[in-house]
Amino acid sequence: MYDFNYHRPSSLDEAVTLLGQGEDVKVLAGGHTLLPTMKQRLAAPSDVVDLSRIAALKGIEATEGAVRIGAATSHADVAASGEVRNRIPALAALAARIGDPHVRNRGTLGGSIANNDPNADYPAACLALGATIVTTKREIAADDFFVDMFETALDEDEIVTRVDFPVPRRAGYAKFPNPASRYALVGVFVAEGGDGIRAAVTGAGPCVFRVPEMEAALGHDFSPAALEGIKVDAGGLNADIHASADYRAHLVGVMARRAVEAALEGR
Amino acid sequence: MARDTGIGARVKRVEDQRFITGKGRYTADLNRPGQAHAAFVRSPHAHAKVGSIDKASAMEVPGVLAVFTGEDLAADEVGALPCGWAITSKDGSPMVAPGHPCLAQGKVRYVGDPVAVVIGETLSAARGGAEALEVEYEELPAVVDLDAAQSSDAPLVHDEAARNTAFEWELGDKAATEEAFAKARHVTRIDLVNNRLVPNAMEPRAAVGEYDSGTDGFTLYTTSQNPHVARLVMSAFLNIAPEHKLRVIAPDVGGGFGSKIYVYPEETVCVWASSKVDRPVKWTCDRAEAFLSDAHGRDHLTHAELALDEQGKILGLRIKTKANVGGYLNLFASSVPTYLYATLLSGQYDIPAIYAEVDAVYTNTTPVDAYRGAGRPEATFVVERLIEVAARETGMDPAEFRRRNFVTSFPHQTPVIMMYDAGDYAASLDKALELIDYSGFAQRKSQAAREGKLRGIGFSTYIEACGIAPSQAVGSLGAGVGLWESAEVRVNPVGTVEVLTGSHSHGQGHETTFAQLVADRLGIPMTNVAIVHGDTDKVQFGMGTYGSRSGAVGMSAISVALDRVVAKAKKVAAHLLEASEGDIEFKDGQFTVSGTDRSIDWTSVALNAYTAHGFPSADLEPGLKEGAFYDPTNFTFPAGCHICELEIDADTGHTRIVNWVAVDDFGEIINPMIVEGQVHGGIAQGVGQALLEHTVYDESGQLVSGSFMDYTMPRADDLPSFSLDFTVTRCPSNPLGIKGCGEAGAIAAPAAVINAITDAVGHEDVAMPATAEAVWQAIRKSPAREAAE
Repeated sequence: MYDFNYHRPSSLDEAVTLLGQGEDVKVLAGGHTLLPTMKQRLAAPSDVVDLSRIAALKGIEATEGAVRIGAATSHADVAASGEVRNRIPALAALAARIGDPHVRNRGTLGGSIANNDPNADYPAACLALGATIVTTKREIAADDFFVDMFETALDEDEIVTRVDFPVPRRAGYAKFPNPASRYALVGVFVAEGGDGIRAAVTGAGPCVFRVPEMEAALGHDFSPAALEGIKVDAGGLNADIHASADYRAHLVGVMARRAVEAALEGR
Repeated sequence: MARDTGIGARVKRVEDQRFITGKGRYTADLNRPGQAHAAFVRSPHAHAKVGSIDKASAMEVPGVLAVFTGEDLAADEVGALPCGWAITSKDGSPMVAPGHPCLAQGKVRYVGDPVAVVIGETLSAARGGAEALEVEYEELPAVVDLDAAQSSDAPLVHDEAARNTAFEWELGDKAATEEAFAKARHVTRIDLVNNRLVPNAMEPRAAVGEYDSGTDGFTLYTTSQNPHVARLVMSAFLNIAPEHKLRVIAPDVGGGFGSKIYVYPEETVCVWASSKVDRPVKWTCDRAEAFLSDAHGRDHLTHAELALDEQGKILGLRIKTKANVGGYLNLFASSVPTYLYATLLSGQYDIPAIYAEVDAVYTNTTPVDAYRGAGRPEATFVVERLIEVAARETGMDPAEFRRRNFVTSFPHQTPVIMMYDAGDYAASLDKALELIDYSGFAQRKSQAAREGKLRGIGFSTYIEACGIAPSQAVGSLGAGVGLWESAEVRVNPVGTVEVLTGSHSHGQGHETTFAQLVADRLGIPMTNVAIVHGDTDKVQFGMGTYGSRSGAVGMSAISVALDRVVAKAKKVAAHLLEASEGDIEFKDGQFTVSGTDRSIDWTSVALNAYTAHGFPSADLEPGLKEGAFYDPTNFTFPAGCHICELEIDADTGHTRIVNWVAVDDFGEIINPMIVEGQVHGGIAQGVGQALLEHTVYDESGQLVSGSFMDYTMPRADDLPSFSLDFTVTRCPSNPLGIKGCGEAGAIAAPAAVINAITDAVGHEDVAMPATAEAVWQAIRKSPAREAAE
């Protein structure tokens, strides 16, 4: 790890100010990607702004038709939240299966989506539930937020403050974990909400994506059987030592059916 | 004698209190006054000539104290790391085994090969210097694929090793085996991959080298399984310092699995460099470095054949194996695919003729050496896959087929050196069949099929050879060292006891089991016994811990030393009780004159041995301390039966082990809880090899699976609760009747898993690691596929 300046602001204003000062300023949330990268000397920020002491970024709040989750809320807190478990059980179940207990106790919702790792779980939930990402500057629809691999719509000096998840009629998430990292090799989040059905896939491609054919089929018949025969094209999917593109394409179908099962069972 | 701590008692591990409360003292915890830090510059290329190294580029970094390269080591005549077991090729030529320079001498042969070391005031300075060091490389074509490495157009890893071949070795009777195959009714043929593994002990390697200019002596603190052997190699081959000027201390060590047997470049460089900079030099490996630089395990390609007669009796077995040794032949690397492998190819079976050919092949990859089981898992995988496939091909029940071919009388001389001394293979098989409810399997399988799951069952009736010995025998096979063990029992005047052992505990629980033996024999509380190990200045000599040898060999040495202590103590007691020595009985800590009520306790005898007031010193020396060097009369032969039952999710290929039965015969057992822990860990590692651990190099020789994000270690939720039991046939070749238990699980497990998966999918084409995708692909060409759908 190279030397760097460490800041731990106690307010969002202070954090935003710090983001504008310094050569290469990075935001530290749970640190699960940033810190290993720094330790391996692959990243060398001049300044690190630690968000962990900003109270406004934490907490879960139920509103009319939505659950608002502060960006610095840990995965473990989301998984354990009564509000989330009652109103969007699929989201609580997703959070409960991220990584391992260490990851869930340190990792945060905001950190995960701002990093936009193609294998992360939360982007699928955000996209399928039609979440709104609230930042220090604006509100961004999930459809516009996840741009490409490790790339989001966020500006350099913009911090995610919370995510608003509309409460769906029903939703389910199924994930086939990478056995080493426990990221999603393929994860599919299916939700039926105010603007219809959305099926979002993470892990399989360079960035979370929706599958319109599945959404249409589920619109006619919200059952696993409705997805039989729908194949995702393996072209453009990720291929690495963990899985071929063909296998990932196959798993998208399997996980989509299991996500629908979970939704029907209210898991 | 308290029954709750004696031999056979489930005593909780006394060392765990300090380990789990953070009080363990590992090498990385040690910091010496004035200590500097080392960072190694490693080759980014699999194969390259090393050109000029611009030391000034690193020296400019603030805090850098020194930069050393291979030239500096050569100037001080620091030798290259040798291979310590000489193998002769079938044409009579010696193996081709160029030493491994601790820092590159003109050429690098794998990614991670050390090129230079930077010593800094701080770790950060050292790493900064290492990063800044400018090294010129001329890249050479790399040979990575084992199967292609012996072709005539493959690049040469070592110019002196034609066709990248270190040796072409054979064992067994070729003609007799050919004859057996000629008259066979059925021949089973299989091709197997034994996948390369990265050891990944929990504690990465570390070293602190310290030179004392006052005494001109060195101390090395290091993560070693055998500190005396490290000292011997550094003295005899590496020219660091003579043995009496070099103290090697291996304090608490967090797991080894073989990977810490060897002497490595880094620790050698640290101790050498400490005299160059006249400061202690510390190095701590990080996990990424460990993936590249710890000796790997396994990595075989094997073609195997089994000849059967019309009754399903085995007539002969032959194999041809290519063993990948990586860029250099490591310290014991030559023995692993030869005398620790082919000598076990008879398995638990009476096989009249066996012939094995093994080629050791260099590639531009990390060196491969012993890893938990070392050759025996590879042999068991070959034998147990062959047996299972042969049973299926001939339509026989795999349990029955095994039973039909078991060795049933002992001693049994196999065609491949080993003389099995004791065992009862049918007993462990029978017990295992009962525990797994074998007769109910068919019903469980059809139930699983109704749920879309493919259920399979697989056997592994393994044998291994532990406690590698006797020294004369291993010497005749090429070993560079003797394989005995030493012990010293020091009784203090108050009757407490220190036992100095040449065995080394790095997770095995010696401080508990060894103390149980001493407490049991001397009739004293375990708390009055200290086990001392891991320091060449305290323990006279030792061969260390590997090959499941600490119980069979290390404890036997203690046992002999205890006999001598008791004999001496009886002499003291005889004087004190004014009786003749022959009339003294020793039991439960009391010396009694036979047939009388006159007795004296252990503590009083110990005190009197040191006061020497009660006997004339002319007749009897004061003091109470005895030692032993114990050399067994044979290998030991643990054996047993593991059965794996699993279910495969037909949609994803994910395998879940639902039931695991292990019935092992380890001979006499000192602490069943610790033995069970060894079996659990061994199975976990074997399951890791079979299902999860995938070492992947790309074509250029870069290790692609070089982190825990990419290399899957087995975890608790990958494993079921194991159902363990034991059978006991006493080992006749050591006084305690112990056979050894440390490697059995890792030896047995892979074949059991793959036999179960191939049973489930209905064909034999499943390689390790059987990842979910590999199994999914196997299901797609499976006759069982329709059954599940």
